[in-house]
Amino acid sequence: MSKKAKRKQKKSRRDALKTLVKSSLLLFVPLDVPNDPKLAEELKENLGGYDPTKHLWGMGIQIERCIGCGRCAWACKTENKVPKEPFFFRTWVERYIVHRDGEITVDSPEGGIHGFQPITTERHILRSFFVPKLCNHCENPPCVQVCPVGATFRTPDGVILVDEEYCIGCRYCIQACPYGARYLHPEKRVADKCTFCYHRIVKGLAPACVEVCPTQARIFGDLKGRASPLVRFMRMNKINVLKPYLNTEPKVYYANLDMAVK
Amino acid sequence: MHELYAILREITGYIYPNEVELHWGILIVVYPYITGLVAGAFILASLVKVFNVKEVQPTYRLSLLTALAFLIVAPMPLLAHLGHPERAYEIFLTPNRKSAMAMFGFVYAWYLMAVLLLEIWFDYRGDLIRLSQKEHGLKKWLHRIILLFSTDTSEESLKFDKKAVKFITVLGIPSAFLLHGYVGFIFGSVKANPWWSSVLMPIVFLFSAIVSGIALLLLIYMVTTLMRWKPIDMKCLDKLASFLFYMMIIDFSLEALDFLHRIYESEESIKILSQLVSSKLFVSLVVIQLLLGMILPLVALAATKLFPIPDELRRHIYFISALLVEVGIFTTRWNVVIGGQLFSKSFRGLTAYKMTLLGIEGLLMAIVLLLLPFLILYLLTLIFPPWPEAYETPAEAEATT
Repeated sequence: MSKKAKRKQKKSRRDALKTLVKSSLLLFVPLDVPNDPKLAEELKENLGGYDPTKHLWGMGIQIERCIGCGRCAWACKTENKVPKEPFFFRTWVERYIVHRDGEITVDSPEGGIHGFQPITTERHILRSFFVPKLCNHCENPPCVQVCPVGATFRTPDGVILVDEEYCIGCRYCIQACPYGARYLHPEKRVADKCTFCYHRIVKGLAPACVEVCPTQARIFGDLKGRASPLVRFMRMNKINVLKPYLNTEPKVYYANLDMAVK
Repeated sequence: MHELYAILREITGYIYPNEVELHWGILIVVYPYITGLVAGAFILASLVKVFNVKEVQPTYRLSLLTALAFLIVAPMPLLAHLGHPERAYEIFLTPNRKSAMAMFGFVYAWYLMAVLLLEIWFDYRGDLIRLSQKEHGLKKWLHRIILLFSTDTSEESLKFDKKAVKFITVLGIPSAFLLHGYVGFIFGSVKANPWWSSVLMPIVFLFSAIVSGIALLLLIYMVTTLMRWKPIDMKCLDKLASFLFYMMIIDFSLEALDFLHRIYESEESIKILSQLVSSKLFVSLVVIQLLLGMILPLVALAATKLFPIPDELRRHIYFISALLVEVGIFTTRWNVVIGGQLFSKSFRGLTAYKMTLLGIEGLLMAIVLLLLPFLILYLLTLIFPPWPEAYETPAEAEATT
């Protein structure tokens, strides 16, 4: 082999190594999945003209209005075919009882789906209230971050979804969710959670839980729209989110959230 | 489903309704335990090649083969616990680059291909060539295929083997750290779970891995030596026990630091975590992990250093200590994995874990997965004899006996 050829070979080997190193470095570059433009295009095509880039969905909850009837949890299970057993919930209602001595008891019998038994305790109660819970559709979702295959993702309109044909069922997302909003679907063997009734909202309908709430404790709306009921709710109330210190940036906003709620 | 109803009766306080089902069971306890043994065994092997600790030379090849045997089994508990194991390959094809877990495939493949297999190949090459020249039939061909038909036993090529082994070992130490530190990171980076979320987690995992690996090799070395009717090399055993002792002190200090730090900071979760430790985890954490798995063997090993104890008794102390350490490290993994799921993320209640005996995620499966590496190790020793007598000519063998 001539010297030139040898050098050429050496160079090409070096180039190959360089490419290898560079491409392996790519593994560590954080890719911003949330703003995947391809996904927006795909959704637009499949959803009949609905443009996900024009919306940002969220939910407001007026704790004082919730009467703990559990219609929302029931409607959710029916609408989304959530398994009926009391271990699988996309949304549920909790009851908080703050006693005079400072003790706080919380219950959610069967997710509150059949309502709550009257309080029968002899102890002096300071205050009591109901708190509906659901996936917070975080702007900074730990579940999306940990999914090893990218089966759980954020849509351009801010909804966190699970691709049930892609999920491998490792359950890392369930561990990573600070709110207990995910479960493993017992038949499908994949992670499942609230979708804000995505199939309804892309048609301009409200999520099932919002639709059936008799007291309008839940307000669904577009955070991008100026005159949406949700934006009005956020203007009129002091609002808070669950576990703000975890920096998950939830899009479920609670008015008058008590510090007892976690 | 009825087992979930049974758990409802064991819940104290309030847990989120979706938390009744506990998601990472005994198989996910087995997984970090096994990868820990891999990393630990490899670190021990590297002591010989990189740090030139001549005394533990008799365990060098055994360590490599043990690491390989356990590494082969490592992905099995993961695969068995997936809801859709048939989709597992997606982790390689479309990994989510932000996910710590997505790196598993790459870390694993790197460790298996670039480190363990290569090191074993270079280390055995010369010996296997000599061996295959004496063999006949199937075994000869098996060895020749494994050797990739390499037949060069020149001084120069053997020198290269040695160099390669050293290079791979140097590369292998950070790789072993990566393999197991990464498993610790999977837990340590879950901010939703205060029992897991700790920057110390990967480091604690690492040192407990080294502890478990050295203890395992001590046990395997003693058992295999006795089974071959050979005398135990006490110098080697003493050195192993010494390393075990020092690593346990580091591991213990790290865990104590973690514990103190939690208590001193006393964050929001401290109430529920202390409830957890004093009730559901009391036996597995305080009694088994701390007293039986750590303090008792530490005291026993310290005694062998402080007092002149006859060889026979010392061997017994080492053996029992190593056994206790293995049980201790297994419960360490249990307390991390299961313990981290026994309290609610509402910090208001505790739940229970009901292990099933049968089924793909049951106890029997876990036992099979823990025994399987030993079967693989046995087979590996047939193909890659780790003992010097396998390579002796009959005349040499006669001279040594």
